[in-house]
Amino acid sequence: MEKFKGKVWVLGDDIDTDIIIPTEYLALKTIDDMKPYAFSPLRPELAGKIQPGDIIVAGKNFGCGSSREQAPEVIKALGIRAVIARSYARIFFRNSINNGLLLIENNDLCGDIKEGDEIEVTVGENILYNGKKYEISSLPENLLEILSAGGLVNAMRRLNGLD
Amino acid sequence: MGYTLIEKILMHNTGKTSIKPGDIVTVDADRVMIHDIFIPFVAEKFEEMGFTKIWDPDKAVLIYDHLVPASQVDDTRHFHIGDGFAAKYGLKNVHRSDGICHQLMTEAGYVKPGNVVFGTDSHTTTYGCVGAFSTGIGYTEMASILGTGKLWIRVPETIRVNVNGKLPENVTSKDIILTLIGDLGADGATYKSLEFAGDTFDNMSVASRMTISNMTVEAGAKCGLFSPDEKTAAYCGIELNDFQKDLRGDEDAVYSRVINYRAEDFVPVMACPSQVDKIRPVSELEGIDIDQVFIGSCTNGRLEDLHAAASVLKGRHIAPFTKLIVTPASRKIYKEAADDGTLKILSEAGAIITHPGCGLCCGRTGGILTDGERVVATNNRNFLGRMGTSKVEIYLASPVTAANCALAGKIINP
Amino acid sequence: MGMTIAEKIIARAAKKDCVHAGEIHTVELDRLLSNDGTTHLTIDMYNKLKNPRIADKDKLVWVVDHNVPCDSPKTAGSQKKMRDFAKANGIKFYEGEGVCHQIMMENHVCPGELIFGADSHTCAYGALGAFGTGVGCTDYLYGMVTGHSWVLVPETLRFNLTGKLNKGVTARDLILTIIGKIGANGANYKAMEFVGDAMKTLTMSDRICICNLCVEAGAKTALMEVDSIALDYLKEHGREPKACFASDPDAVFAATYDIDLSEVVPVVAKPHFVDNIAPVSECEGIEINEAFLGSCNNGRIEDLRLGASIIKGHKVAPCVRFLVVPASASVYRQALDEGLIDTFIEAGAIVMNPNCSVCWGSCQGVIGEGETLISTGTRNFKGRAGHRDSFVYLGSAATVTASAIKGYITSADMI
Repeated sequence: MEKFKGKVWVLGDDIDTDIIIPTEYLALKTIDDMKPYAFSPLRPELAGKIQPGDIIVAGKNFGCGSSREQAPEVIKALGIRAVIARSYARIFFRNSINNGLLLIENNDLCGDIKEGDEIEVTVGENILYNGKKYEISSLPENLLEILSAGGLVNAMRRLNGLD
Repeated sequence: MGYTLIEKILMHNTGKTSIKPGDIVTVDADRVMIHDIFIPFVAEKFEEMGFTKIWDPDKAVLIYDHLVPASQVDDTRHFHIGDGFAAKYGLKNVHRSDGICHQLMTEAGYVKPGNVVFGTDSHTTTYGCVGAFSTGIGYTEMASILGTGKLWIRVPETIRVNVNGKLPENVTSKDIILTLIGDLGADGATYKSLEFAGDTFDNMSVASRMTISNMTVEAGAKCGLFSPDEKTAAYCGIELNDFQKDLRGDEDAVYSRVINYRAEDFVPVMACPSQVDKIRPVSELEGIDIDQVFIGSCTNGRLEDLHAAASVLKGRHIAPFTKLIVTPASRKIYKEAADDGTLKILSEAGAIITHPGCGLCCGRTGGILTDGERVVATNNRNFLGRMGTSKVEIYLASPVTAANCALAGKIINP
Repeated sequence: MGMTIAEKIIARAAKKDCVHAGEIHTVELDRLLSNDGTTHLTIDMYNKLKNPRIADKDKLVWVVDHNVPCDSPKTAGSQKKMRDFAKANGIKFYEGEGVCHQIMMENHVCPGELIFGADSHTCAYGALGAFGTGVGCTDYLYGMVTGHSWVLVPETLRFNLTGKLNKGVTARDLILTIIGKIGANGANYKAMEFVGDAMKTLTMSDRICICNLCVEAGAKTALMEVDSIALDYLKEHGREPKACFASDPDAVFAATYDIDLSEVVPVVAKPHFVDNIAPVSECEGIEINEAFLGSCNNGRIEDLRLGASIIKGHKVAPCVRFLVVPASASVYRQALDEGLIDTFIEAGAIVMNPNCSVCWGSCQGVIGEGETLISTGTRNFKGRAGHRDSFVYLGSAATVTASAIKGYITSADMI
């Protein structure tokens, strides 16, 4: 199974889509243009500090709010390797899968972890932190297909005989 | 075995003879809605996916509402991309300044009871008010539906909400849904369908039901459904067929949870900054100074909402140095309110009446606030920074509560 | 030697028997208007003064009109500063009730007054025989604190208007034609005075439109005699004149122009200068993205009536955004009463709350890259209405409405 390590940024419960990327910046031309404003209502400094390979750990209902797909896209564009939260809002969940952003559900990690610490994730199996293993479950098969294609665009390109 | 409302809609759509929560099914979209903010992304993904035609152009509706009127110089780019996409793929249902997408989808007759509808906006749940399964999706999925007409869905569990009795004076459907969200929590209905029943709803206008369906997503719900009735039929300008008449949860349907309320127990409430589920009775918040009031949005910008505000404000004037912004939800509503004198009453009371659109609710223009300011608003979200800086406090309330607050310049119980 | 209207008003304000062009005088100001474009800057300067005080708060009128409703935390912050200051100091304060100059005309301006406005189009007040002139916020602050200021007495250009505008030709076409004739700096530092037999054919709305635009020829102010039409308007709005002036027969004018109104045709000002005037017919067919009927120049009830009469029974062209923005809340309510708003809404227009809108170009209805706007606003400078690479044509309410219907620049007689 795929395995990776990363430094953790810790966010709380109900991190909504307007926090992830405020409406004011939604009509910027590219996702890269939006990157500096990610999480700005809550932590304006955060977007500038995130490094490729970092991991976000959060509480419940991550991504609640609007259907804006810029939310998972901007997280992915910042180089975030995965988001680990207690739970996700449904539209955000679908949008993340469709864009190939890895979401992991775990109930306990966010209560234990300190920002800046490093964790090791084994996809579909567990998270290793401070010598402790946090179990994680695997995704349903139809979602794994989309993820394995690299997102819905690629899946549709296959359908249309393009790749 | 009996079925819930959502199960019946999905069975009808897929032709399956049985269905249960957790099943993954592929549905045919009866209608899809795309709005202006996301059309450039939908268009780009659609072509990147390799599609050359829309599966059924008449089933797609393109609506400009978040960016009308344009407040930033790049906004109009979205109109040009939308117009170009519509022309290229033969999309004829385009509304360029007619109001908020969710209001138009039912008002203009695009959605009928029993339909399966997807939209690129989270408040697509609104069409549950006429007994349609409708939910918000992202622009990548929208691009794939435009190409295929299909989408996979996990059949949701259903939470049944029964409300019976007569609502007290000055308590509205907004207070019901806010109270419910408070009780469920902002993720209390995640992935689930909310199904509403009881004589309180039977006695409610379709417009009031719309407020409830609209906000179900704030509890995380996939949809919020009402059984179609004679009012629904009249609103949609149809006669209900047998399938539509049967769109109600069966007695022996399986619900993940049943919640019962007595209408008489509801009081005017507000969602306090900055979570939609942080609900408190207005009576406990009285006296808090406010700077602005906003009456509008797909949640509460309908004619009955403007009437409620006008009945409070008639012959009176809002508090000095307080702003009242009124944004009717659609061109049709604006016209009706102009014709029946409502807009004049509101203007005389000191209201700033804007053109129909998402306005302040989507936070791009329409009354943005700054540090230390406080707004009472009738829309659906009070997230941090949604209407300006993160130091703006947003209280969500019904139009009647909001209008009373505008008069007083502070929070008061209607 | 006799005096012009401008000289008489300054003499009154300077408490002198007689003043003449070229002299500098200290004057007492009758009124000071400021709006949300610059008031926050004035307040910042005020707060840095050693002993800040307001000479006479009752002379101040503050209006929030440029960004209404607010479009960003930054403008919200400026407006909050203004609102809080007005509240603390008892300053007459309007918010969202319309464009400042229209509010001033409806509620405050009196014949014979000398008024400073921290906005260039303050010259509109000449329609009521008041000397209104635009100033920067430093001048404004000095006036606000001392109640006084200094003025260079301007020379006057006199425009003798004769004849009558033809059907389909408006006061807007007249003043654009005049600006085209004398140039964008043709009246620099000068007053423009309008007299003649034709005045009786011009409504107050026409007159405000004419005076308002004179700054686009560089004028310091614009002036008209106070006749029965002006007095009726004042009375209708519950006010009495302070002093009604006319230029003396032996007053000295820098130049006099004779303008025959019957020779004026519908015109537009082409991008990017107000004096770049051409007959509408010359621009016929230029595609537009947006049309704007509104502003302190052309957003009055008469303009809305004209627009509504043209668009009734027609629709706005499919991809055109037609913004209709009444100049004030009272204009809006009047238009509601007359069914004009209904007509515009039915036709597919975007009816907005009274505000400066796209004429100011920072807020409601801005245009994008490469787009073309036809506007009843005051200016067509490059980038004024939005993107720096966009195009603004100025025309009358009739031309703008006709163009909105067709989707390209055309005159009302083509509808």
